[in-house]
Amino acid sequence: MDPRLSLTASPHLKAPDSTPTIMWSVVGSLAPVVGAAVYFFGPSAVLVLAAAMLGALLTERVAGQPGSLGDGSAVITGLLLGLTLPPGFPMWMAFVGGVIAIGLGKHIFGGLGQNVFNPALLGRAFLQAAFPGAITTWPQAGGPWMALRGDNLALPLMRPDAPDVITAATPLGLMKFDFIPTEIMDLLIGTTSGSLGETSAVLILLGGGYLALKNYLNWRIPAGIFATVAVFGAILYSIDPVRFPSPLFALFSGGLMLGAIYMATDMVTSPLTNAGCWIFAFGIGVLVVLIRTWGGLPEGVMYGILLMNSLVPFINRATQPRVFGTGRRLEGAVP
Amino acid sequence: MGELFWIFISAMLVNNFTLALFLGLCPFMGVSARVSTALRMGFANIFVLTITSIAVWFLNTYVLVGAPYLKLISFIVVIASLVQIVETMIKKLSPALFRELGIFLPLITTNCAILGLAIFQTNRAYDFLEGLFFALGAGLGLTLALVLMASIREQTEVASVPDLAKGMGLVLIIAGSLSLAFMGFAGLFTSS
Repeated sequence: MDPRLSLTASPHLKAPDSTPTIMWSVVGSLAPVVGAAVYFFGPSAVLVLAAAMLGALLTERVAGQPGSLGDGSAVITGLLLGLTLPPGFPMWMAFVGGVIAIGLGKHIFGGLGQNVFNPALLGRAFLQAAFPGAITTWPQAGGPWMALRGDNLALPLMRPDAPDVITAATPLGLMKFDFIPTEIMDLLIGTTSGSLGETSAVLILLGGGYLALKNYLNWRIPAGIFATVAVFGAILYSIDPVRFPSPLFALFSGGLMLGAIYMATDMVTSPLTNAGCWIFAFGIGVLVVLIRTWGGLPEGVMYGILLMNSLVPFINRATQPRVFGTGRRLEGAVP
Repeated sequence: MGELFWIFISAMLVNNFTLALFLGLCPFMGVSARVSTALRMGFANIFVLTITSIAVWFLNTYVLVGAPYLKLISFIVVIASLVQIVETMIKKLSPALFRELGIFLPLITTNCAILGLAIFQTNRAYDFLEGLFFALGAGLGLTLALVLMASIREQTEVASVPDLAKGMGLVLIIAGSLSLAFMGFAGLFTSS
């Protein structure tokens, strides 16, 4: 029965933005990126994305509360995880990644809104630790559209073999180990080798711009990351333009766009205050430059975000606003 | 100078005693429920590790030259008794410092992180200054891991963690996640 008089506690303001609205908007804004992945990498992209999403959705169905599939958060996690994987990644590994992302990344911490680390990135970090070979094998861009870009259909625990595929280094790998820069135009459009979602910078920026306009992501985080990476990149570039990439290359290559716009801005795992977001973004930028320049891996966006995720409780504590009318911070308040 | 810096960064981040080498897990799991306690535990660790480094350098240089087979046992005995002596001295000289570190000092003297530092330092043949930087880096790394763990644990206290993961289970999951994140430091400053 529909009550005539509904008595509820404040706040009485109603906003159209609910968790499902925001989550499905993010999924929608990723559609062009997914489209580009399919355009560039053919059926392989579909297979990897589907496997990662299947792993995430099945785990959400088993571990989550009834009906939690509808809020779209597991779809995003699976989609983002899939976008960070190389096109030729075996499907069963992507599936395992989805299970880990939702199971160990999210539900073990209590489910939506309570996880400490970004679930998609935790899943990818797990895959990077478990299958370091498969996750760093990138097929060359181009080639016939219908061909698989690797042994996507490898059986679980079997050695994946893909003799027909020409592998290539990513622009970051080329720069880091061989000092060969890639044309900025190629990076912008996405005609380079790389993971599914780290190719087309323009489309990711479009999606991010839409989300920032709707206020579904805090624009300070990507802005802070880009500014930090650009400034440090410019300093390094001015020291030695052969060894270090140009700031534009640093911005548009690798997973920086996808990570800064879609993963660092995860509402759950980013700081609560705007001041905290600036600190968070600066930290990610510094770690990305540090790992890319002096680390053992060509790409550091994933680890930069995960490391700063682990600092978020601390940042929240440090940037806790003063209670209005009092002179100091509340002692012992839960962060 | 570059060598010292590398030893320091390596001990603190790349080969973090807790998150990369899995040494000193008892304080990491046991004393990480509150940030304030974790911080004090971390400082106690830095303190004991520094003492250890100095003692081990002294032992290796002057005492154990003729009897290398006595290494393990002499490390344990000397470190444990030295820390006890220092603890008693602190108690008399600075009661405030004793209140901050006191209870933790005897707890960690026989910790594997301490013995690990002694053995690493011996095997890598660090001289006095290198050993000191190694100990400081390892201590700061332990403190960093402890504080990160404690701040995350304080936050998850209000989360609706499923029954199967409540308590130590979740702590182990967080430790694993932190360790995954620290893998990003692998190879830092060594490959180029």
